[in-house]
Amino acid sequence: MALDIEQSFPLKASSLQTGSPRAATLKASPSQAGGQHAGQAGPAFSTVGRLVRGGVQGAFVRYGSIIALAILWQVAATAGWINPAVIPPLDRIFEALTNGFISGPLWRDLAISLQRSGIAFAAAVAIGIPLGLFMGEIRLVERALDPILQLLRQTSALALYPVFILLLGLGETSKVFVIFWATLFPILLATIGGVKQADPKLIEMARVYGARRRHIFRSVVLPGALPQIFVGLRLSATTALLLLIAAEMIGANSGLGFQVMNAQYNFQIPLMFGAILLLAALGLVANLILETLQKRLCRWAPAKA
Amino acid sequence: MTTATEALRGEVTIRDLSKTFNINGRALNVLKGVNLDIRGGECLAIVGASGSGKTTLLRVLAGLEDADEGRVLIDGEPVHGVGTERAVIFQEPRLLPWRTVIENVAFPLELRGLSRDEGLKRARRYVQLVGLTDFVEAYPSQLSGGMAQRVGIARALAIQPEILLLDEPLGALDAMTKLTMQEELSRIWREEKVTMIIVTHDLEEAIYLADRVLVLPKDKSGQLREISVDLPRPRNRSEEGFVRLREQLLAEFGLH
Repeated sequence: MALDIEQSFPLKASSLQTGSPRAATLKASPSQAGGQHAGQAGPAFSTVGRLVRGGVQGAFVRYGSIIALAILWQVAATAGWINPAVIPPLDRIFEALTNGFISGPLWRDLAISLQRSGIAFAAAVAIGIPLGLFMGEIRLVERALDPILQLLRQTSALALYPVFILLLGLGETSKVFVIFWATLFPILLATIGGVKQADPKLIEMARVYGARRRHIFRSVVLPGALPQIFVGLRLSATTALLLLIAAEMIGANSGLGFQVMNAQYNFQIPLMFGAILLLAALGLVANLILETLQKRLCRWAPAKA
Repeated sequence: MTTATEALRGEVTIRDLSKTFNINGRALNVLKGVNLDIRGGECLAIVGASGSGKTTLLRVLAGLEDADEGRVLIDGEPVHGVGTERAVIFQEPRLLPWRTVIENVAFPLELRGLSRDEGLKRARRYVQLVGLTDFVEAYPSQLSGGMAQRVGIARALAIQPEILLLDEPLGALDAMTKLTMQEELSRIWREEKVTMIIVTHDLEEAIYLADRVLVLPKDKSGQLREISVDLPRPRNRSEEGFVRLREQLLAEFGLH
């Protein structure tokens, strides 16, 4: 299987004259070959062999499926198993992406998309976390506001988008606001939940040692709520991208979501896929940043997915 | 106000203490007219069947519950609520999971306004006292049950209380660890010279640690019974006097 691919891959790649697919083959083949070598070397150098094999195996288990998918995509499109006009091979997609960045509008689209989702997410964090902490700590406020919260949460942000457009116009404000709206609730609810879940036994312990409410909140409640807050942040980051794309598809003339739609209208299918991949990458990067931050701040707790 | 030579700090006087809980509309007498004097520096064990109110009594002493009637005096002063001269060790270690061992021990010192450096310095001394010097930077999730409880003990001692209140502190530990920790508690009590009031359901533990064992009757109108433990320390669990006291205590519960 691996040999088949390696034989057919460079052939097609060279005929297309682009750099990216070769990079892809280079990336894919050493791990395949390495796996084979390590497998043969294993019995001879038992410890080293096992370690190397373990590492390679680990990497293979982790990334093998995505590499296999990429290879399958490339081969299927170039060999004509699927219509390359609808699903172009990966190298054409990367070519379109490169061109889009060098001479096309992609930088501008990426920047405006980041700006929209960034401002909205930041605003949701800036409002959602303090408000959530307040509502979680003061039970009466939470009980009083919970019905409204549940109603607003269950109302789809996209359904409200026309309302926001009416209120705020067709410009940036309504787009940012609809993303903000959708991202606010996961953060708010996770923060409230995190605060409410504070361990009463730890609070009692702090009380015994003379902690006042302010201390208890800062030293017991807040750190305990942090992992939960991060669950909300990561959920919100995903939601932010989702709403970004939807908002840009509905009423924008720039941005990655617009570019996906626009490229499809103009039948620039590789560019369309390029923009889609870029959005996926954006999601992965956002999640990675939050995950790293979470590991930093919650070293004591096992990271939750 | 007091001098260092005065070893009688931490004296507890309990007068006519009553406490009633309201459970499903029914009044439940948990403590009724309890009178008790505990000398400064004494180690008192409180035993009793479940429902005898032993934990409630300790919680009233800690200031976590208010009594309905009666008074608690510490060194002659009536107490209200929690206070800095008392520390509580619970059955669970109740450590803050996001703080390391040393930071957990320093936690009550921060509340007391000690600077971070001062707090950590003092905390280190008590971490050493409970034998966890190698684990100062460990997080609670990395500790065994016994080690975590040692941290809880170090934290309580770090505030240098006059009275240490222990609510079944070894109840959640395995049998072997429990025995080791009993020796540890006995040693700490002798070194730190605090008044120690320990609630336990382990009669052997009570005899091993205490100067006096108080038996709370399940029947609230019944008398408080007490047994003095006049054995030299460190105590031997299989020694004749020890065994006899154990039998005597078992008999209090109608057991043999």
